[in-house]
Amino acid sequence: MAENQLENQFFVDSDKLSEKALAKKHRLEQDPSSRTNHMEYMEGMERIRSDIMERVLGQMESYDYGSYTDADVRRALVHETCSVEDFKALLSPAAAPYLEEMAEKAKIETSKHFGNTVYLFTPLYIANYCENYCVYCGFNCYNDIVRKKLNSGEIEHEMKVIADSGIEEILILTGESRGMSSVEYIGEACRLAANYFRNVGLEIYPVNTDEYRYLHECGADYVTVFQETYNSDKSETLHLMGHKRVFPYRFEAQERAILGGMRGVGFSALLGLSDFRKDALASALHVYYLQRKYPHAEYSLSCPRLRPIINNDKINPLDVHERELCQVLCAYRIFLPFVGITVSSRESESFRNGIVKLAATKISAGVSTGIGDHESKYEGKESTDAGDEQFEISDGRSFGQMYADMSGEGLQPVLNDYVYV
Amino acid sequence: MSKDTFTLGGKEFSSRFILGSGKYSLNLIKAAVENAGAEIITLAVRRTNTKQNESILDYIPENVTLLPNTSGARDANEAVRIARMARELGCGNFIKIEIMRDSKYLLPDNAETVRATEILAKEGFVVLPYMFPDLYAARALVNAGAAAVMPLASPIGSNKGLAARDFIQILIDEIDLPVIVDAGIGRPSQACEAMEMGATAIMANTAIATAGDIPAMAGAFKQAIEAGRAAYLSGLGRVLERGASASDPLTGFLRD
Repeated sequence: MAENQLENQFFVDSDKLSEKALAKKHRLEQDPSSRTNHMEYMEGMERIRSDIMERVLGQMESYDYGSYTDADVRRALVHETCSVEDFKALLSPAAAPYLEEMAEKAKIETSKHFGNTVYLFTPLYIANYCENYCVYCGFNCYNDIVRKKLNSGEIEHEMKVIADSGIEEILILTGESRGMSSVEYIGEACRLAANYFRNVGLEIYPVNTDEYRYLHECGADYVTVFQETYNSDKSETLHLMGHKRVFPYRFEAQERAILGGMRGVGFSALLGLSDFRKDALASALHVYYLQRKYPHAEYSLSCPRLRPIINNDKINPLDVHERELCQVLCAYRIFLPFVGITVSSRESESFRNGIVKLAATKISAGVSTGIGDHESKYEGKESTDAGDEQFEISDGRSFGQMYADMSGEGLQPVLNDYVYV
Repeated sequence: MSKDTFTLGGKEFSSRFILGSGKYSLNLIKAAVENAGAEIITLAVRRTNTKQNESILDYIPENVTLLPNTSGARDANEAVRIARMARELGCGNFIKIEIMRDSKYLLPDNAETVRATEILAKEGFVVLPYMFPDLYAARALVNAGAAAVMPLASPIGSNKGLAARDFIQILIDEIDLPVIVDAGIGRPSQACEAMEMGATAIMANTAIATAGDIPAMAGAFKQAIEAGRAAYLSGLGRVLERGASASDPLTGFLRD
């Protein structure tokens, strides 16, 4: 089924929706004129002066990956410095027969910059309320799932359970609802996290520079925002309602985070939503141009693929198979040898064991994408009121298992390489 | 012949190989230190600042001097804070200043490094600044109270060897502090060459960390550094840049 499928079927109607809600949902899905202008900033959204989006999208739109040849790929592989043109060749279909050579080059670059280490971390979802209708996401506001927002006592309890397992780096996530998960609420979670973890990252809805500064003062130092797809027209058809529709505000989130004092920023497209070669090109160029503008900041990329969600188990990453994913990750490493590359539990155990030896530098362990269920997952205790998960994970290894497995692969697991100053 | 040693912060060292500890497995550190004959090992505060059971400090033999670094600092103030943290963690009073404002090349910022050196030297630290090999900056570091200067040979992790050879030679010739060549040394022959030039010591990390056999490579570096040092002390024979010297002296016409 998945092999030849051209498009995912994203629309699912819950029988719990009122007639009015259902009518609105259908209108959003079927009538583009019922949707807001996705290139227009909403009220309260900060505009910064930046030409990065223009540069990235310009490169992406003119990228004709079918035009690259064998010779372009071979040239890219022998160049000491990988140019933008070389990177485009490495992402093209012409590079597919050279995957082994790309892997060899990527491995050398990874070891030059990161040696023999792999960083471990875990995500903590503190709320799954969401105001967006993103058709592929389990948290979308029309999806019938169990919603939950942890209070500070519950957050601290989750953190204790996670910290007891040995993890020192945490990534705090929420659904995208300012109403249910305010900046102050997230700031409070950061303050709590600073007591239990050495390194606190955030993956939340994009906010303004002053709000990033506040969250930084609360103890967070890394901000990850997924653009999902860099094709704004495609994005418009996937993010039908809510602030996530606003393409440029989301695009500029990392730049605002840097301006707000965050040490590092993370980027990603969700592969399988649109043309993955163009999305991979744009993700890397987003890093490339920002790094030239803000050379002091730290950068990381991840490369998630679409996964099944609650109420839609058919969602899959279409034409992005493991070989294509590996090609993208090796091309990232060769083009941007200094950036961190994270591979999430969306990928299988065998893929993650392999890719950490070539290109990836960070993997998650002990993962739950649900809300308030770490004790049940880590210690087998019954959980009665946990919130539902954002997507199905593929690699469910615990922290202890991952630590042992990575050591077994000949790598040194690193739990902390960070100091808050 | 008198003992061939050098001094940092009043402490005498005979090994001229400073070993990095990042980027490889903890259980190889002890073997690497032994094979390297290292008396100084660097470690990143950002790595030691951990609650994990497996702390890097547990793997470092007791007689080895710790040289914590301020990696992660983006300016002098941050370097100062990290240095103080290192002292609180029980890492002693040696500090290697690393201030990078570029995440791509990790090149040191000399101006900020001079500022941090001045503050920390006054606080009683033995300050070893990692620097770009620039004569004026090196002199400023001397005046700021550095215990040595640590110029980079080439970009960190690049294994490209002595790309900055001529500028390091100027520091060796002009600076009266120990000159410890740091970063970019990729193979024992490059370490040997730096020692032949008169460097005081060599610091290497990635070259060891990425070797197939880490302890064996540590041993190979030790031998190369010793050979280079011996060659320097014995006075290298004349090496001409190009051509041959005339057998009839060009000044042979001078009579009285």
